[in-house]
Amino acid sequence: MYLGRQRGMLRLVKTRPIAIGIFETTPALRLIGGRQRSSGRVVFPLPTDDQRFERVELPHRGNLWSYTMQRVAPKSPPYKGGEGFEPFAVGYVELPGACIVESRLTQVRFEELRVGMPMELTTLLLHTEADGTAVVIYAFQPAPTAQL
Amino acid sequence: MSDVFIIGAGIHPFGRTEGRTGLDQGAFAVRAALADANLRWSDIQVAYGGSDASGKADTLVNQLGLTGLPFVNVLNGCATGGSALFGAQSAIKSGEFEISVAMGFDKHPRGAFDPRPADWGLPDWYGEAGMMVTTQFFAMKLRRYMDLYAITSISLARVAEKAFQNGAAAPHAWRRSPVDIDTIMNSAMINDPLTKYMFCSPAEGGVALVLASAKKARELGRASIRIRAVSMRSRPQGSFEVFAPAIDIERGISPTVLASRSAFETAGIGPKDIDVAQLQDTESGAEIMHMAENGFCADGDQESWLAKGQTRVDGVLPINTDGGCLACGEPVGASGLRQVYENVVQLRGSGGARQVPRKIRTAYSHVYGAPGVSAVVILAC
Repeated sequence: MYLGRQRGMLRLVKTRPIAIGIFETTPALRLIGGRQRSSGRVVFPLPTDDQRFERVELPHRGNLWSYTMQRVAPKSPPYKGGEGFEPFAVGYVELPGACIVESRLTQVRFEELRVGMPMELTTLLLHTEADGTAVVIYAFQPAPTAQL
Repeated sequence: MSDVFIIGAGIHPFGRTEGRTGLDQGAFAVRAALADANLRWSDIQVAYGGSDASGKADTLVNQLGLTGLPFVNVLNGCATGGSALFGAQSAIKSGEFEISVAMGFDKHPRGAFDPRPADWGLPDWYGEAGMMVTTQFFAMKLRRYMDLYAITSISLARVAEKAFQNGAAAPHAWRRSPVDIDTIMNSAMINDPLTKYMFCSPAEGGVALVLASAKKARELGRASIRIRAVSMRSRPQGSFEVFAPAIDIERGISPTVLASRSAFETAGIGPKDIDVAQLQDTESGAEIMHMAENGFCADGDQESWLAKGQTRVDGVLPINTDGGCLACGEPVGASGLRQVYENVVQLRGSGGARQVPRKIRTAYSHVYGAPGVSAVVILAC
């Protein structure tokens, strides 16, 4: 359960991850990737039904590799961002020793984004379903440099 | 290895033509190419053609004539035209045929290209999260490149300004009006750093080329434009392509680099020997990055090249002399062949107001598209 804000009130809302098996929140927030057994190459997401890959947790901190701002609403379907589109940032974050992951970016103004800036894993409320369930996806936000 | 010549070229104007199907635009282009070659459809021994989303090319025999010729449909995304040319050329090089046609067409509705995750082997959440957007990919490849090689936004605007200027002089182009730098830079931001005028749009159009063996071309008195190389490559490990939830830290080269190197090797010449080039310009930054990926300049040199106007029609290496995808739009199946058509026009010296003003002997074209394919064609006269 997350604490979410709805209609200006702080209340408990039902949440679910956007998909099973791409990130976990306990014991800690982590992205789930796949390591190719033969080569050690790390991919994201973990391919399903593919014995060549074993499950691996990806580093939760990294550096911004590139970024852009989505200024117009992506086509829906497939986009499910809910009503009232607000421009959002997306980027690729290089996770050391693993791979470069594409992600929504959050808690940052576009003007602050720089290639190479430290980022850390978090989550983002993507949209709320008809029954009030909040759909959550992984995202990256600026990381305090001191923690790296 | 026997030489193959382009002896006819035809185009249906790009843009939007209400009431004319994609197939009809393809047929129009074939008829124009036949007229240009002074041949009839019954002279064509084999044809290769396709569209990405506008019908089956081989049904064109209903319109062009039921001659019984072999007609191979090509469905190869953005490389459809390049692949058709590759097939039509190979058929002649094999010695089995003397005259062939390569053609491509498309008619995309406004705002086309609605990718579905499952069609690309991707999970649904990737699309739901708003990351399955082609323009994002172009913007992020470009942002990284600009950061690494000190390319600034004015260069992006210069590419677009040149495209619309050249398009204004090309009868087959869609956008026929010049647009000034300020308008380009101040137009709506779509995906930073790219504004509306820096992106090409889905469009309509058709192109056809008639190819002949050296013997046949000489018989017909049309042995002037020779195909020096046709090369097509898919992506190698470590290339950065559209719709990638993750990429490898160890970066590799692009399919464009592979196709370009192969084409230059086949042609036995290098980038410095090229007189005019048509490079994939899905957006302004793509033209800039493709200048380096195709070997025409070092990474980062584009900033000064563009500032000095070196890629304008009267520059040292004119690029996208008909305005490229930015001015012509992108009917996927026809786009790569449009570049070859434009090179034929330039080599013949019949480009009118957009003609490269000095004597040219070699012309290069490069098409690139999802999911990481490139085709390069080198012509010489």
